[in-house]
Amino acid sequence: MDALDLARWQFGVTTVYHFLFVPLTIGLGIFVAGLQTAWHRTGKEHYLKLTKFFGKLFLINFAMGVVTGIVQEFQFGMNWSEYSTFVGDVFGAPLAMEALLAFFMESTFLGLWIFGWDRLPKRVHLACIWAAAIGSNLSAYFILAANAWMKHPVGYEVVDGKARMTDLWAVLTNSTAIAQVPHVIGAAFIVAGGFVLAVCGYWLLRTRAEMWRGAARAALVMTAIAGAVVAGTGDMSAKLMYEQQPMKLASAEGLERDTAGAPFSIAPGIEIPGVLSFLSTNDPNATVQGTEDLQRRFEQEFGPGDYRPDQAVVFWSFRVMIVFGLATVGLSVLGLWLTRRRRPFPAWLSRTLLLALPLPLLAVIAGWLLSEIGRQPWTVAGELLTAASVSPGVSLAEVAISLTVFTLLYGALAVAEVVLLTRHVRKGVEELRPAPAAAERLEPTLMY
Amino acid sequence: MIELWFAVIAFLWTGYFVLEGFDFGVGMLAPVVSRTADEQRASLQTIGPVWDGNEVWLITAVGAMFAAFPAWYAGMFSAFYLPVFLVLVGLIVRGVGLEWRGKVNDPFWCDLGIVVGSALPAFLWGAIFADLLYGSAPAALLGGAFTLAVCALHGAVFLALKTTGAVRRRARTTALAAGAVAIPVAVFALSSLGTLPALAAMAALAAAAALTWRRREGWAFAATAAAIVLATLAVFMELRLRPLPGLTLAEAASGAYTLTVLSWIGLITLPFILLYQGWTYWVFRKRVQVPGTQKPGTQRPGAQVAGAPPR
Repeated sequence: MDALDLARWQFGVTTVYHFLFVPLTIGLGIFVAGLQTAWHRTGKEHYLKLTKFFGKLFLINFAMGVVTGIVQEFQFGMNWSEYSTFVGDVFGAPLAMEALLAFFMESTFLGLWIFGWDRLPKRVHLACIWAAAIGSNLSAYFILAANAWMKHPVGYEVVDGKARMTDLWAVLTNSTAIAQVPHVIGAAFIVAGGFVLAVCGYWLLRTRAEMWRGAARAALVMTAIAGAVVAGTGDMSAKLMYEQQPMKLASAEGLERDTAGAPFSIAPGIEIPGVLSFLSTNDPNATVQGTEDLQRRFEQEFGPGDYRPDQAVVFWSFRVMIVFGLATVGLSVLGLWLTRRRRPFPAWLSRTLLLALPLPLLAVIAGWLLSEIGRQPWTVAGELLTAASVSPGVSLAEVAISLTVFTLLYGALAVAEVVLLTRHVRKGVEELRPAPAAAERLEPTLMY
Repeated sequence: MIELWFAVIAFLWTGYFVLEGFDFGVGMLAPVVSRTADEQRASLQTIGPVWDGNEVWLITAVGAMFAAFPAWYAGMFSAFYLPVFLVLVGLIVRGVGLEWRGKVNDPFWCDLGIVVGSALPAFLWGAIFADLLYGSAPAALLGGAFTLAVCALHGAVFLALKTTGAVRRRARTTALAAGAVAIPVAVFALSSLGTLPALAAMAALAAAAALTWRRREGWAFAATAAAIVLATLAVFMELRLRPLPGLTLAEAASGAYTLTVLSWIGLITLPFILLYQGWTYWVFRKRVQVPGTQKPGTQRPGAQVAGAPPR
């Protein structure tokens, strides 16, 4: 165990943890904005109640997304200084753009929304939640463009041992990013939709209030549409992976040798012939490269070393992602069918909807493990190895301390977050107060 | 172009210290100026709508360092590993405390998190930058004491400016006490720099204390803000020649293409950011009031527009 291993663990722990909250921020923000828009358009009270109810859950979650996100930005410099020095010229640009174009908008307008209920004109207040929600989604685009560059670097040249950007447009329109951005944002909407479904399922078991049915239907639609986007862009990603990251594709399929008409492996030993080739190229007879043959070619190109990522993690995370993701989307399509034309939610369906919370979260975690462990041993594909990226001056003890404290702190905060969310879900929607009297206004309904 | 980007980064750090400086101060001092739960809530509500936006100045400053001077960013944060790590821990517990305190039954842990999470970064940023300049532990301690005291003063003045009644009175007293500490510390910390902005920063702190004494809270706040601007300027004037030991700006800088592209993006976005953040302060310009404490005659002219909802 050396500083490199711990730095990788720290990055894994903090990033996966961060991404438990991010998808909810991305998807739930838009959902809440939609609810408030519905209230604004129709004037129906239950939309306002739902806006405030889900708004509160959104804010509890948002806090965690923000504070764990700050760690991410500093971590590159702290643990990965060689990486940062090498890539900063290219990688830093989308990060700076993310702050300037997205984070300022997101946090400033969210502050206005939280405290502006009685203070801003209704229309302006509605615009604030939209601005905040759009800011969240924009930030996803920039950070994913940066991430895509690590797997498929474009628009740069290497000068004096450092990457130099030559074309920002190429970085921002990287084919890998174009496939990945809707894939990840779509997945975020599935997570958020699943969260809303689980909450509605809980309440549909306890009350016949029409409002929960409406919210659940909206979330079912959101999840189903997002599911179509994720499936489509997942297919795009597979085809790009065939060209750009053949080692990841081969590892995800456990394909050892270059194979024409490569089969798709459902589990070790159960294979459907030709399907992998078809998914990768639209041609069932195409040749897909295998890990052992790629290893041999990489050794010729880059010198001795092991260029295969952890086979078991990549293989199984790929399957967990697909199965759990599809299960959630399937559940939402089934739910839409069963509740069509004002049919009520059967109790078993409401109970099953509770699963829509954990399943997509597990799917996105698995997706990130596939994406980032599948990239190993590189931080920047073909340019920089992970082993050469770590900070040379940072000691094992330092990384051990930060890894331990972050893990413990994150664990404690996760417990607190779950307790808080559960309590507020159980509390349900609050009755609207009459036009607030002066003294009551100190505390806006949503905050503090 | 390199000089311009150094100036942009200095500007972003300055914005961060001015804005989050009072957030830190309010966070540290809310329990000091409050006697009741309502007062504590009102104190923290002075920063409620803005603290998160203020923190984005840090994220932007660090992101801009990463993009424009990768070697500086990487060298600085890996060299100050543990202090930066503690800053992050502070920002985490503080952010969560601020967002969650209204949603828990007993805000004790949240309030503790806010105090610790405000004091820790307020001290550590000064220590980190002083260590960067002088590379010695005593200098780091002095630098940390300086930023801690100045944030406390800045926050106390802000509280006095944004509250009413008893909280406002206590905030003024606290500000005077903080000034009595901050001024001598500033003399020690800044005189070794000896540059014009450093000296002017000391003068601004003295002016802030005098203005607080005379109950000119708005002007006092302007003076503490000016002191932070000047002190940050003094630090970055030193860093310009040597951002890190053994590193020059030119060596650390990104290529001309990246800097040019970033310049355009910054030029287009920054005016909008300043505009809408400024608008937030305008929307929440009223003083925050503790419920049930409205007494006619306790309000100063201009403090509260008649008929407007109290805050």
